[in-house]
Amino acid sequence: MNSALFSKFLALSLILTVGAVGCKKIPRAPTPIPGPTRTTGPGPGPAPSSGPIVGPGGTVPVDVDPRSIRPGNDLTGGTKLGGREELDNFLVDRETFKQQTVYFEFDRSTVQPADKGKVEAVAAYLKSNPTHKLLIEGHCDERGTPEYNRSLGERRALSVREYLIALGIAPERASTVSFGEDKPAVLSSDETAWTKNRRGEFVLLKPKT
Amino acid sequence: MNFLYLRTLTTLIAVLLAVSSAKVVSAEAKIEIDKDVDASKLIPISLSGFTGEAQVVLKFDLEVAGFTTVSAETAQFNITGSNNGQLEGRVTDRINKATLLSVRYTDANLRTQAHAFADEVVQKLTGKPGIARTKIAFKGERSNKSEIYVADYDGANAIAVTSDGAIVAAPCWTPGRRMLYYTSYKSGFPDIYSHDLASRERKVVAKHPGLNTSAAVSPDGKRVAMILSKDGNPEVYICDATGGNEKRLTNTRADESSPCWSPDGSTICVVSSKDGIPSLYLVSANGGEMRRLRTAGVPRATEPEWSPDGKWIIFTAMWREFAICKVPAQGGTAEVLTTGEDPSWAPNSRTVIFSRRVKGRRVLSLLDVQTKRVKDVTESSGSYSQPSWAK
Repeated sequence: MNSALFSKFLALSLILTVGAVGCKKIPRAPTPIPGPTRTTGPGPGPAPSSGPIVGPGGTVPVDVDPRSIRPGNDLTGGTKLGGREELDNFLVDRETFKQQTVYFEFDRSTVQPADKGKVEAVAAYLKSNPTHKLLIEGHCDERGTPEYNRSLGERRALSVREYLIALGIAPERASTVSFGEDKPAVLSSDETAWTKNRRGEFVLLKPKT
Repeated sequence: MNFLYLRTLTTLIAVLLAVSSAKVVSAEAKIEIDKDVDASKLIPISLSGFTGEAQVVLKFDLEVAGFTTVSAETAQFNITGSNNGQLEGRVTDRINKATLLSVRYTDANLRTQAHAFADEVVQKLTGKPGIARTKIAFKGERSNKSEIYVADYDGANAIAVTSDGAIVAAPCWTPGRRMLYYTSYKSGFPDIYSHDLASRERKVVAKHPGLNTSAAVSPDGKRVAMILSKDGNPEVYICDATGGNEKRLTNTRADESSPCWSPDGSTICVVSSKDGIPSLYLVSANGGEMRRLRTAGVPRATEPEWSPDGKWIIFTAMWREFAICKVPAQGGTAEVLTTGEDPSWAPNSRTVIFSRRVKGRRVLSLLDVQTKRVKDVTESSGSYSQPSWAK
């Protein structure tokens, strides 16, 4: 009896401790902006230049945390998509942003704090290269049904896009495509593979000249 | 006294596309009896006199329909016959020796004759039409290429109807017509196409920026519900069969997926995560509020499909292992039927085709909802998923 009580107490303390430690890790969000959906993006980026690609830790000033414009847990912003990019009109570059691939939690589409620097690096590159466009690919692990995952993958790509828009990228420069669970990065059915498969990839579209 | 009557089969097999006749699915389906099978609901029959393909087809068809094959002495009904060139069959009540059915087929091939006989047996003994001569469509993947296939309900005579060499997904039949809607990434993006299997005419139905997928054709064939993200979020839209007059049906800040129609065409059932976890919602096809469909006991519901008789909604629960479940169409307590996903009802509102993940690939299986018996329809290599039953 006593020992049972004690273990309950122990478990409770453990939960409280872990909870408190866990809380510390979550950065305090900036002042929430109540969220009507945007219909137009901010103006064009800075003047053309051939600036270097900013690495994953790039420092672009962030004034809006896209997480903060969402009520509750995981809802996307809803900025209307621009026209369909005809891929034939572009040099499709999958290499430039290879290190910027972002990863998602299970069944979630929020850009994780640790990955924000990657999106910011992409935004910085786009601001320096105003003729370039971006295709954001959303992918899922296999633990959802196929069409559920196709929608979830799109929501992930859109969530990354919303963050880019918040960083000042014109909405029409970023388009999305969801592959659901159809293009896994790692072909395996374990947590390691799933972690790598829940991702958003950046494909740079350079106009053919 | 025998009522031996000749019955000529009118040509029931509509000729499908002759593009490619890749036979991907074997008829030799392996029998699998689920531990959850309700044996008391299986009707015991004996089967004798048939050989080869006719015997295999008959046994498969009748077992899918809720019969179980036992010895002649313990069967409730004895099914006897022969298949020397043409199939003859007779059904006798073992107790009173009454002949319930006696048929001979003179048209079509042996396989089709066996299916036709199975349908007559099912009609005679259960009072409901059989499903042995119906068609299915599904996504087939072989060596990293996926195409849309059409096949007999048992997986035989599978034909690839696309040759896009791209990801394809979510085939759906137009009711009463040999016509499919599906998603193809042929353009590099997911677009919705309609595909008339008779004329081979293919048309773009939705090619908006972002996601275009999960087409579901209305019971009258005149409208299509689908998921589009062009306005910034995956939502349900309804348009004409050819893609015009598009109307947005949902307006949430979460994502929707897998819309389906009620048989009367009035209501759409769709998956939404708008209240946190994926659940089923009902919304009028004319628009309005989304009402949550209660699936008590089974959270994380996805992939709904309304039974043709309007009574049930079958869906997939996304647990660690996916489960096929059914719930009354007005909502209530959900019942877990078997392990699997992507369920689609047969026209009889009793049989369901679904896919199961087995060692890295997917196979199609048939579930008799009444007895919970499961039988695989595919055996060859490759991966088969997202089946849709022609109704």
